[in-house]
Amino acid sequence: MKKRLPLIFLLLGLALVARSLMPERNKTDFDLAAFGRLPIVVNGRVKPLDTVARTSLVVLQSSQNIAAPDGTTLTPNEWLLDVLFRSSRADAYQHFEINHPDLLAIFSLTPEEGRNKRRFSFRQLEPKIDELQRQARLAEPVDAAVRTPFQKAVVLLYSNLGLYIRLKASLVAPDHKDFLGELMTFQQNVVSGVTAVRAKQAGQPHDETLAAQMMESGGRFSRMGELGYLLAVPPADGETNTTGWQKVGDALIQSFQSGQISPSILVYAGLARTWSAGQAKEFNELLALYRAQLEKNFPDSLKKSAAEARFNAAQPFYTAMILYVLAFLIAVISWLAWPVELGRAAFWLLSLAWFLATVGILVRMWLEGRPPVTNLYSSALFVGWIAVGFCLALEYFYRNAIGSVAGGLVGFATLLIGYYLSLGGDTLEMMRAVLDSNFWLATHVVTVTAGYGATFLAGFLGIIYIARGVFTKSLDKVTADALSRMIYGIVCFATLFSLVGTILGGIWADQSWGRFWGWDPKENGALMIVIWNALLLHARWGGLAKQRGLAALAIFGNIITAWSWFGVNMLGVGLHSYGFMDSAFWWLLGFAGSQLVCIAIGSIPLAHWRSFKSA
Amino acid sequence: MNPAVRSLRDFFVSLKLTVVLLALSLILVFASTLAQVDLGIYTVQEEFYRSFIAIWHVGGIFIPMPGGYLVGGLLLINLVSAHIYRLKLEWRKSGIQLTHSGLIVLLLGELFTGLWQEDFQMTITEGGSRNYSESFRLYELVVIDTTDPTMDDVVAIPDSHLARAALVQHPKLPFRVATKAYFPNAALARRDATAPSPAAAIVPVATQGVGGSVVVTPLPLTYKMNEVNVPAAVVELIGADGSLGTWLVSPHLGAPQTLSHAGRTWRIELRIARAYKPFSLQLLKVTHDIYVGTDLPKNFSSRIKLTTPDGRDDREVLIYMNNPLRYDGYTFYQYQMDSSRGQTGLQVVRNPSWLLPYIACIMMTLGLIIQFGISLRAFMAKRRAIAQPAVV
Repeated sequence: MKKRLPLIFLLLGLALVARSLMPERNKTDFDLAAFGRLPIVVNGRVKPLDTVARTSLVVLQSSQNIAAPDGTTLTPNEWLLDVLFRSSRADAYQHFEINHPDLLAIFSLTPEEGRNKRRFSFRQLEPKIDELQRQARLAEPVDAAVRTPFQKAVVLLYSNLGLYIRLKASLVAPDHKDFLGELMTFQQNVVSGVTAVRAKQAGQPHDETLAAQMMESGGRFSRMGELGYLLAVPPADGETNTTGWQKVGDALIQSFQSGQISPSILVYAGLARTWSAGQAKEFNELLALYRAQLEKNFPDSLKKSAAEARFNAAQPFYTAMILYVLAFLIAVISWLAWPVELGRAAFWLLSLAWFLATVGILVRMWLEGRPPVTNLYSSALFVGWIAVGFCLALEYFYRNAIGSVAGGLVGFATLLIGYYLSLGGDTLEMMRAVLDSNFWLATHVVTVTAGYGATFLAGFLGIIYIARGVFTKSLDKVTADALSRMIYGIVCFATLFSLVGTILGGIWADQSWGRFWGWDPKENGALMIVIWNALLLHARWGGLAKQRGLAALAIFGNIITAWSWFGVNMLGVGLHSYGFMDSAFWWLLGFAGSQLVCIAIGSIPLAHWRSFKSA
Repeated sequence: MNPAVRSLRDFFVSLKLTVVLLALSLILVFASTLAQVDLGIYTVQEEFYRSFIAIWHVGGIFIPMPGGYLVGGLLLINLVSAHIYRLKLEWRKSGIQLTHSGLIVLLLGELFTGLWQEDFQMTITEGGSRNYSESFRLYELVVIDTTDPTMDDVVAIPDSHLARAALVQHPKLPFRVATKAYFPNAALARRDATAPSPAAAIVPVATQGVGGSVVVTPLPLTYKMNEVNVPAAVVELIGADGSLGTWLVSPHLGAPQTLSHAGRTWRIELRIARAYKPFSLQLLKVTHDIYVGTDLPKNFSSRIKLTTPDGRDDREVLIYMNNPLRYDGYTFYQYQMDSSRGQTGLQVVRNPSWLLPYIACIMMTLGLIIQFGISLRAFMAKRRAIAQPAVV
């Protein structure tokens, strides 16, 4: 039994992975998954509706879980279908998160009236939208960095309401009973209708009802063109023309001239009718027909969208997070009992989690056509990936579970940071002009981020050194030497990566801004990591820092890395501030404080460390 | 060796000094980053890095600390002397040697850049052509002899001379230029006899030109990234027979002012400092790509025709993000763009030492890889030595 433990844990982990890979079962007769795989364009990128559903939910209410007022849970795709096609129902869904009590007061609502005491429906907010708009007009001119929490909440809710309203107007005219019917009539009459309108404008005899109908449709379409959020109408000339995607409203306005309505628009109107009427069979048939049609002109978009929807559902980073925690716990226990078996189990689980994270990062790279790090979110993934990679190497050489403990901890922590960063919306973003260079993203950004990962890892190893030394008796000479050598080795790598990465960054800046070094905050942050690592190495070489000193210095490296990674973005100055984040400031301060506490604990005289007490 | 000299040498050679200097530079970099929020990047560079002593203002407290030149200089001395006295030339240390040499190249490169780099900008409108670039921050008073319609004879006086209120005499000018007043940043407004002028405003004593009808309001210097200081000055021209009068000059005044003296005509104006080039750039087309359905910029590019007066160069070039034009020691970067007005802003940099960081990068990367490679090999060999008996 004891000997089989590693295998049992590995199988357990594999089962967990396998379960996450199973395709989502449709719980209704509607082929929701096929709908979710349809490609559209938002924020300059072709993506599946599934991604729109999930990111919109996350933006609106910080969670992908949503339930109807009667308590039945909805999948993100079901929710999106109701928002797009059946707003009468979606208006009652409580998906607007409001945390500020004063903001609730504006709507005369109490937390008790909301789902989970903080989520409210469009219908609940609707009566006071004018007041919200007034508040937003007051708050918006204030510089984002100095807005009060109330003003921030107002601006956020206002923009979320905007997102919801824009989503509703994306594919069909919202609150329209029979949009497909209107389109059919429009299609039939458009030629004579346009003639009638022209005649009316010229003051000549004309068909008054027809002209009025046309004008009414025109007004509706142009509102959809203004509001619509999704570019759902693919270009007529196929995949190569990525800038040809259009909003439904804009495409409809064009049909006044062409006399033809794009088939995609009719399909979406048909989906709207069958979804509202509960006609699952017709819905699925229409969807299959449309997909077959897209297959001819858009095979690549279709393939990528399908893969992305599948990727969304599998949530590999979530599974990896669970595995990292498991590996961490098992590795810690292995210090107390069954070091060989549990140590191996932890190592295997850590490897599995790392493999999963690797696949996840590779899939993201393929979807985006980019190197691994393109924004803060992906930097969190990559920092964790690099650090855990080093941990696996350490564990492979030393087999003392230290690598597994550190790996589980860093892997989990970075994925958790990634989770919070993902609440901002779609994490596969397009790159601003200056960043639009795969060569530099692949060299400078990747090496600098690897430097963050290695420096963090050294810091966490430092924490393990101090924690085991002060609080347990387990830091014997062999372990202490090994840990110290690990810290030193990782610091060497950290120095290499951060130095090379920083200089490469300078060269990129020379290429794009005309100066190698400008003392910009982000550059300074990277430089501080290099200096700190260099200081650490020289202090060790000069005999100024021994084992304990090295551990303490490495922990301080955590503060510097966190500052460079997130802190400088909070200053809101400099050329690099596209990584701007709102206010994780207190988290950063808390983290820095916790690291200082670790260092303080480490500076307790060695005679009081449990491992070194002579008794 | 004299013990005093020896202890001095030991001080400069020591690793302790290295660690202390690294710590000091860390503090300097951190303080300068925070100071940027208030001071802006340019002032911080001058006060923290291109100085021996930097003073950091936190609230009302002044914290002095060694500046960039001091820390960098001492590090350089420390590094060089360590190599002379302490680090032996041997293969085992080759990685360190290479890394440190690379660092020296990098530090020197940064020093040379600080000393020699010139930064200008060039704004061109589609169809238009330019043979000069303009400074980001500096201004110049120009007195131009326009008597000959076929050519202008320009005398340019840097605004630093005006700020010092120096009396300028130039062989090409039949008069001297004296500064009566200088405002490093000022706003101008039309003088309105009926409305009272703002409390801070000054009515300049300009006897000539448009100055009499204008009030000047001195403004505090701005350090913001997106604002510039625009100076104003009152200058007196003094001929052989006494004063010709006083003029108010400022880039805010749209049109230059003219004067006649000794049978010649002159134009006087305070403008952004220019650097003329032995070639000209004509803007053919600007392109501003965005991602579909967003405002997010995808690329900026300028198609430009490059010509020299001697006709040796006459070709089209494309400048876009991350792809500058390097020509005649200058580098032209895509910097700003206003595509609605068909206007492009190029940053023009002359930095003779621009290659040094590239060389340093290669040296340091190789050096670290060699050094850590040597350590890693030693570590593996030791592990093998330990592992072997265990198997037996």
